[in-house]
Amino acid sequence: MTPREAILGKIRSQISVGSDDTTRRTAVANRLSSTPKGVIPERGQVAPAECVDLFCQQAEKVHATVDRISTYDGVAEAVSAYLRGRNLPQSVRMGDDNRLEAIDWSKTPNLSRAFGPSDGSDPVGLSHAQMGVAETGTLIMTSGSANPTTVNFLPETHIILVHSQDISGDYETSLNQIRSQFGKGRMPRTVNMITGPSRSADIEQKLLLGAHGPRSLHIIVVDD
Amino acid sequence: MKITTPEFKSNAVEALADENLQKAMGHVQVGFIEKRQVAADGLPEFEALRDNARDIKNHTLAHLDLYLEAYSEKVEQSGGHVHWAQTAEDARNTVLEICRKAGAKTVTKGKSMISEEIGINAFLEDNGIAPIETDLGEYIIQLRGEAPSHIIAPAVHVLKEQVEEDFRAEHTHLDVDRNLEEPETLLDEARTVLRQKFIDADVGITGANFLIAETGTSVIVTNEGNGDLTQTLPRVHIVLASIEKITPTLEDVSQIMRVLARSATGQELSVYTTFSTGPRREADVDGPEEYHVILLDNGRTNMIGTEFQEMLRCIRCGACMNHCPVYRAVGGHAYGWVYPGPMGAVLTPSLEGVEKGGNLPNASTFCGRCESVCPMRIPLPKMMRHWREREFERNLNPATQRWGLKIWAWIARHPGLYAFGARIAVRGIATLAGKNGRLASLPLAGGWTKYRDLPAPEGQTFQQQWRVRGGK
Ligand code: SF4
Repeated sequence: MTPREAILGKIRSQISVGSDDTTRRTAVANRLSSTPKGVIPERGQVAPAECVDLFCQQAEKVHATVDRISTYDGVAEAVSAYLRGRNLPQSVRMGDDNRLEAIDWSKTPNLSRAFGPSDGSDPVGLSHAQMGVAETGTLIMTSGSANPTTVNFLPETHIILVHSQDISGDYETSLNQIRSQFGKGRMPRTVNMITGPSRSADIEQKLLLGAHGPRSLHIIVVDD
Repeated sequence: MKITTPEFKSNAVEALADENLQKAMGHVQVGFIEKRQVAADGLPEFEALRDNARDIKNHTLAHLDLYLEAYSEKVEQSGGHVHWAQTAEDARNTVLEICRKAGAKTVTKGKSMISEEIGINAFLEDNGIAPIETDLGEYIIQLRGEAPSHIIAPAVHVLKEQVEEDFRAEHTHLDVDRNLEEPETLLDEARTVLRQKFIDADVGITGANFLIAETGTSVIVTNEGNGDLTQTLPRVHIVLASIEKITPTLEDVSQIMRVLARSATGQELSVYTTFSTGPRREADVDGPEEYHVILLDNGRTNMIGTEFQEMLRCIRCGACMNHCPVYRAVGGHAYGWVYPGPMGAVLTPSLEGVEKGGNLPNASTFCGRCESVCPMRIPLPKMMRHWREREFERNLNPATQRWGLKIWAWIARHPGLYAFGARIAVRGIATLAGKNGRLASLPLAGGWTKYRDLPAPEGQTFQQQWRVRGGK
């Protein structure tokens, strides 16, 4: 008997599964196909404009900073101004995301851009979020060459763009969107839900920002 | 890890006398209890979510075999490998085999209670592979050669001065005159020292908060980002998870996520919730080339279908220990194994046997706080009582206790004798106590009078007074 058979067999005998297991099998198949939603917090169930406001408030509560701009035309300027304000070098590491590529970077000739995964030597990472979730000010990133996972964690400062139309009220709506995008039962290799900059309270329960991930998280919401 | 649970009593006595520990445990109140309350009050649906989280897990456990099958099929489809481990030893050997194949010299680790349960660190070291804990709390206790004393805040028993000492002793390549007084500087130093280790490691080991049957995904929930670096940078990622981590769908995970962080640290959501499915794909520019999941049983299947099944709903949030007066007084090490507090008092005898763990269910005042805050509504006090009964049935408690209970039971069943004895005792104790009505010591009651006086009964027994008042 393989370990797999032993473990599964033990569970079946402890549950006292009889010879006819159709009811249980149907119950499992149903849940996996119908994916019932459960309890959805009211707070995110608001009109789209309010949802974006809530997203921004919640993100600030967890120590992210938020900038709102009206169009993608303003992105290059906004990124450059943020770096200047923080006394950071004018250089970012990013993936080959279409929305980032389409930006007119000629407006900020001093801002240099490096592409591909990070090796830990970049001070600033720039990414485009797939989605935002208003209930907790959370950003959702999917892995791939567009937004390498290392860019989410290695640089000390992380700037993330999110389009206001991609902000939903609750996790379920966003995850369901991933489901429709990648196909039922399939997922990108990594999905990162990011809620504020990294932190630790492991020394005497004192909350400190900037553990192993970014110390600062700056979100640029493009309203368009 | 060596289990010292049978010595719970002497462990607890030592803990109570440990000044550093007592000072450190003071941080639990503000750090956890108040924050959890604020977070729970801040979400009107919190109680309804707890109900649903309980129902989701109950449904899952009733169909665990089928969900495990669905899950493992999905993992394989996405290019990952599933290894089934019946015992801790099986799991250790599987980890070693994967590390050997990868030619690993160092292994970085995200925080994982399962890795503590199977004692993987010592085992890897014995086999010439260096494990490096990367969660700040775990890193601190690894330097100290200790076990975690809390399931989400492993170094909660350590003071910052002690961390400073440990860092100075370990990081000898750094300037001896550097200032390490503040937690900020300690955190910075750990960040810098560990950064290179992340990059150099050949294998990364993490735990999992959830395994999703629908998609074959493992989920980790962290604040530091160390778990993500652990699983993104090395060539091989190993997930160590126990079988009850299975959760059916993405929606079900979302439901439980909402109660997890709020109950644990009082955050609405942890900083990083990461879903991993298989190894890197063709279009990926980073991420592990191999993805392995080790599914551990180690005694859990024995709990299914018994009065302890509900314990398998536990999501390891730590709320029960934060709110436990016994845990807060003695800290986690006194419990003598990986899982402390009320959840440990139920789990340890379940996984390690009542002979070794049977002491723990007695370390409870039965105040019920643990059950009232448990997000998964696990009836912890009821289960501790089950273990007490089993301990008694199997003659595992001390002879004096058993004889005492037998004598008491016999007297209690003879009302005349009981009333007579009680009258004598009331008068006897009152006489001994004299004018101030308090006793500084009493034979057979040293456990009480060592720490406080025993107030002497005044006047009559309860039954006498009851009769005088006409039964009201
Ligand atoms: S028993 Fe409940 S409160 Fe305790 S760790 Fe588990 S889920 Fe949390």
